[in-house]
Amino acid sequence: MLKINDLHASVEDKAILRGINLHVKPGEVHAIMGPNGSGKSTLASVVAGKEEYEVQSGEILLDGENIDELSAEERAHKGVFLSFQYPVEIPGVSVTNFMKTAINETRKAQGLKEMPANEMLKMIRQKSELLEIDRKFLSRSLNEGFSGGEKKRNEIFQMAMLEPKLAILDETDSGLDIDALRIVANGVNKLKSEDNAVIVITHYQRLLDYIVPDFVHVLYEGRIVKSGTKELAHELEAKGYDWIKEEVGV
Amino acid sequence: MSKYTEDDLREELKTKEYEYGFYTDIESETFPVGLNEDIVRAISKKKEEPEWMTEWRLEAFRSWQEMIEPEWANVHYEKPDFQAISYYSAPNSKPKYDSLDEVDPELLATFEKLGISLDEQKKLAGVAMDVVVDSVSVATTFKKTLAEKGIIFCSISEAIQEHPELVKKYIGTVVPQKDNFYAALNSAVFSDGSFCYIPKGVRCPMELSTYFRINQAGTGQFERTLVIADEGSYVSYLEGCTAPSRDENQLHAAVVELIALDDAEIKYSTVQNWFPGDADGKGGVFNFVTKRGLCEKNAKISWTQVETGSAVTWKYPSCVLKGDNSVGEFYSIAVTNNYQQADTGTKMVHLGNNTKSTIISKGISAGKSQNSYRGLVQVSSRAENARNFSQCDSLLMGNLCGAHTFPYIEANNKTAKIEHEATTSKIGEDQIFYCNQRGIDTEKAIALIVNGFSKEVLNKLPMEFAVEAQKLLEISLEGSVG
Ligand SMILES: Nc1ncnc2c1ncn2[C@@H]1O[C@H](COP(=O)(O)OP(=O)(O)O)[C@@H](O)[C@H]1O
Ligand SMILES: [Mg+2]
Repeated sequence: MLKINDLHASVEDKAILRGINLHVKPGEVHAIMGPNGSGKSTLASVVAGKEEYEVQSGEILLDGENIDELSAEERAHKGVFLSFQYPVEIPGVSVTNFMKTAINETRKAQGLKEMPANEMLKMIRQKSELLEIDRKFLSRSLNEGFSGGEKKRNEIFQMAMLEPKLAILDETDSGLDIDALRIVANGVNKLKSEDNAVIVITHYQRLLDYIVPDFVHVLYEGRIVKSGTKELAHELEAKGYDWIKEEVGV
Repeated sequence: MSKYTEDDLREELKTKEYEYGFYTDIESETFPVGLNEDIVRAISKKKEEPEWMTEWRLEAFRSWQEMIEPEWANVHYEKPDFQAISYYSAPNSKPKYDSLDEVDPELLATFEKLGISLDEQKKLAGVAMDVVVDSVSVATTFKKTLAEKGIIFCSISEAIQEHPELVKKYIGTVVPQKDNFYAALNSAVFSDGSFCYIPKGVRCPMELSTYFRINQAGTGQFERTLVIADEGSYVSYLEGCTAPSRDENQLHAAVVELIALDDAEIKYSTVQNWFPGDADGKGGVFNFVTKRGLCEKNAKISWTQVETGSAVTWKYPSCVLKGDNSVGEFYSIAVTNNYQQADTGTKMVHLGNNTKSTIISKGISAGKSQNSYRGLVQVSSRAENARNFSQCDSLLMGNLCGAHTFPYIEANNKTAKIEHEATTSKIGEDQIFYCNQRGIDTEKAIALIVNGFSKEVLNKLPMEFAVEAQKLLEISLEGSVG
């Protein structure tokens, strides 16, 4: 589904990603861990198509197609979803209105008609139940005055609504208390299928108890320096990152 | 018949030519350029006005001659040569084009986006149309519904003929002839405009809309509007049209006077979309408007405006809260793009006790435009317990535009409570990327953010108008980022 080959990317002439290789197949869950500043969010943004990041070399293939030239919205239309580490506020635009716009813009790009209102309402009801979201919440301005946890839950609600092929969850666990974490993880698991894939970016192994990864990668200074199975996450939790730094000789 | 709503009317209008015959037909050549007492007299004569009206105009003209054009507003433009303008020309009844193919495709594309029907497009662009002979029925239905309630809604020229006592009693009482330079000019030469009277205790059953009085085309330059809501009555009045108005007249100086007698309420909504000039700032309308309302006891006046057009806008819809417990409101969205300049805001003058005013102003600047809010809250020494809340928010798009806020407060009574809040924000790249990531392209993302920003004001517009205004905001800002 997603294939990243020797990807180098920079921002403001500063090299951040320095040769990433990653292969995610349909049905898989990958976890990316690593210390602060190692480039995890940058990788997510580059895959999602944020323009201020410049791809120097390498390629990103989605279902075999090089998406380097595609805009962020075109990638979204092809099923790429990013749950933001820091979701932005859009005052005066309700969650519902935002979702309606997002869904219909995506449908338009796919040559479909707008989703009928009753279908939309039904979907909103189902997905908000899945994530135990109070419906009143959906008429509030997007992320404005939301707590950290509410923002993250709202990101996953959007994911549920958009049903992406590839979801990248960037530190979705930070800001969530243990109950919310369980609800959100449960939601993600229910949305999981043989046809989609999830990349979970996290610092903590905690989330991975709920969303169990098939593979765990350690990102350090812009490179994936170690890959393994979920045991690697336990090991990192127990020993921190220093041993990895030593092992890779930096 | 009593259930006949504006929607019904709109429905009928779709199939019929909306020529209401509100216009007293004037067969006329255009007057020679220039302005003097003879021209003022000639205008009055053309309109077969009574002597007192001619005198009133002349008084205004004499004051105007003594006045100088104001320069305090934060706008810069080449002053019009008032002697190079023709002050009277017959309403433009001759079609400009024979078919839509001859009309500027850009204009048509805009009509398309606004969802304006083909017939309306022709009408607005000035294309010849087949005249539907029995169009009279629409006008009759509309007028009959109003007449049953004793409501008068007609052109000001007609009102001067048919209801001289009302016009004489109220014209110039809220905006005196010598109020300011442009008001004086308007008083001397006003070509036409609307008149509306709601009798005591009557709730006007439909929105009164100048949109249906399509005679605007030729009379827009010096429009004069007078709305009188008698005791305990209510009216919602819609002015303007979302369709872009291209006009050869560069200078527009309208006057609107509202009178809300005891316990009456007037809602006055405007969507203004005059030609703003091209992307380089060439052409475009200068819009110098004086709008003011007077509230008697327990009366309420709300001004709601969406301003997207004009090269230069100078406009301060105001409320004089004369009666005790009266309420004034001002809700405004002003968009400037390219080289547009807007200096707009309001004046709330608190004279009565327990008077209340609310000001919500949303300025959106893009391109190289300048957008200024100028507001005065004045509390007289005799006004006990006056309250005002003002909120002025500015949204900037890009680095080349400007937003300015000039709030003036003159509180002469210690019991006054005045609150002022102001914010300035910028559409951030992060907001755009967030939307893009959800499949929303940049243009649509901006529209979404701008609509969110303007929501408090859009919500004050009548539903139909709000939807149109929303589309208009989108179009006005197209291509402004990216
Ligand atoms: N827009 C940007 N401008 C400048 N530096 C940036 C920008 N985005 C990220 N960086 C830098 O890139 C590095 C990686 O950041 P990030 O991808 O956010 O790391 P992580 O998510 O792993 O904590 C950091 O040193 C950060 O300061
Ligand atoms: Mg990060």
